[in-house]
Amino acid sequence: MSDIVDAFSEAWQLILQLDPAFVEIVLLSLKVSTISVAIATLIGLPLGSALGLYRFPGQQFINIALNTLMGFPPVVVGLLLYLLISRSGPFGVFELLFTPTAMIIAQVILVTPIIAALTRQTIQDTWAHYHEQLRSMGCSATRAIPTLLWDKRATLITAVLAGFGRASGEVGAVMIVGGNIDHVTRVMTTAIALEVSKGDLALALGLGVVLITLSLIINTLGYCLQSSYALKTHSVLNSFR
Amino acid sequence: MFPLIFEQVSLGLNSQPKLLLDSINVRIEKAGTLLILGPNGAGKSLFLRLAHQLIKPTQGQISWAIPSKLARQQQAMVFQHPILLNRSAYANLEFALKLKNEHTKIEQQHLIEAMLEQMNLQEHAKTSANVLSFGEQQKLALARAMIIKPKVLFLDEPTASLDPSASYQIEQFLSEVATTSTKIIMASHDLNQAKRLADQVLFLHQGKILEHTEAALFFKKPQSKLGKLFLAGELLWKDNRSLL
Ligand SMILES: Nc1ncnc2c1ncn2[C@@H]1O[C@H](COP(=O)(O)OP(=O)(O)O)[C@@H](O)[C@H]1O
Ligand SMILES: [Mg+2]
Repeated sequence: MSDIVDAFSEAWQLILQLDPAFVEIVLLSLKVSTISVAIATLIGLPLGSALGLYRFPGQQFINIALNTLMGFPPVVVGLLLYLLISRSGPFGVFELLFTPTAMIIAQVILVTPIIAALTRQTIQDTWAHYHEQLRSMGCSATRAIPTLLWDKRATLITAVLAGFGRASGEVGAVMIVGGNIDHVTRVMTTAIALEVSKGDLALALGLGVVLITLSLIINTLGYCLQSSYALKTHSVLNSFR
Repeated sequence: MFPLIFEQVSLGLNSQPKLLLDSINVRIEKAGTLLILGPNGAGKSLFLRLAHQLIKPTQGQISWAIPSKLARQQQAMVFQHPILLNRSAYANLEFALKLKNEHTKIEQQHLIEAMLEQMNLQEHAKTSANVLSFGEQQKLALARAMIIKPKVLFLDEPTASLDPSASYQIEQFLSEVATTSTKIIMASHDLNQAKRLADQVLFLHQGKILEHTEAALFFKKPQSKLGKLFLAGELLWKDNRSLL
C-alpha cells in the first residue's frame, strides 16, 4: 500500500518540479503527435472532401481501405511499417527506423483514416443538403469545398481532436518503429510501458497523469465546441425561458 | 434571355413507366409574373428545376434565347425550405456577391446593407442564419437571390410554410420585384396569393400542362375541367386521375 502512496507522491514531485527527463518525454510526445495530426489533417481534409464530393474509379476501394485502417490494430500498422523501413526493407536506405520520423509516419497512418472518413461523411451530407442551392448560385462542387469545410468546422475540429487522442495515446506502433530509445524516441506511452515493467511506478504514474489530463482537455474542447454550436442554434428557444 | 421554350419535354425515372412531366410544350415570354399552379405532386418543383437547369429532361429540349450557361448565371432561385450557410446573415449575402465577383468590397457592403434594410433584417446582420426564425430565413434567402439582380427569379412555394405576417412581407417584396426588370416565375398552390401576384398562369396537373393563359382569364373562366375543380378548391390532395 505504501508503495502506491510513495509512487504517487513521487509522481507529483516529477510533475511539479518539472523534472527534465520527465519534461523531455512529454515534449517529444506532444511534438510527434502534433506534427502527425497536422500532416494527417492536411491529407485527411482534402481526401475526405474528394471522396465525399466526387465519383471516381477506385473510390470504393479507398473507402474500404480507410474504414479498415480505422479499426486496424496499431501494433500491426507498426509491424508493417517496420518491415518497410527496416534495413533490409524497400525504404531501408532512408534509415528511418527508430527515429521520431518513423513514429510520425506510423501515427499519420493511424490518424489520417479517422479524419478522412469523418470529413467524407460530413462533406457528403452537407453537400447533399446544399448542392441545389449552391449550383443555383453558380458554385461548383470544387469551389464549394472551402465553404462546406468552414460551415462544418465544429464537427471537423472534433475529428481532428479525436485524431490527436488516438495519436498521443497509442503505444504499439510507436514502440515498434520508434524503439523507445531514451532521449531519442521515448514518448509518454512507451515510457509508461517500460517503467511499469521495470517496477518504477513513479515516472509511469506521472506520465499517466499527463496523458489523462491531455485527454480530458481534448474532450472538454470537443464538448465545448459542439455544445456552443448547439447552444447557438437553440438560443432563440432559450430566450423564451 | 427570353423566350424560354420547352419542346416536347418529358421527365421520367428509370424505375417506373409513369412520367413525372409529360410532353411539355410551352413558350414563356419576358413580360409579367408567371405563376405555376397545380395541386401537390403536379410537377411544379420539377418544372422550375428544369427551367433553372438544376436537372436535365429525359426527353425534349429546353432552350433560352441565350446560351444556357450564361442564362443560368443571370438567374436565382428560392426554394421552399431556405438553405442558408452556417454564418451570419451578412456573410450569406456576401457569399452570393463574391461568387459573382462583379463588385468591389465597398460596393458589396453598400449592396448588402441596402438589401438587409429593404428586407427589414438590418438588426440581424451579424446574427447566425441558423438562429433566425423560419420567416426571417426565407426573407434572407430571397435577399440573397435578389442581391445579384437576376434577370429571372425562380420561387418554389416560398411562403408555403410561413406565418401570415412573414408571408405578407415576402409578397410585398415580390410585388416590388415585379415592377423591375426581373422576371418572376413562381410555383404556388395558394390561390389567393396567386391571384394577387400573377400576370400569367401555367396550370399543371399530374405532369401535364392543362392551361397556360393570362391570369385574369384563368381565374375568371378556366378552360379545363380540372382547372375549374382546382379553383373550387377540390383538387388539392386527392388523386383525380379518374377525372381525366
Ligand atoms: N427525386 C424524385 N424521385 C422520384 N419521384 C420524384 C422525385 N422528385 C419528384 N418526384 C415526384 O414527381 C412528382 C412531382 O413532384 P414535384 O414537382 O415536387 O411536385 P409539386 O408540384 O408538388 O412541386 C411527385 O409525384 C413526386 O413524388
Ligand atoms: Mg413542390
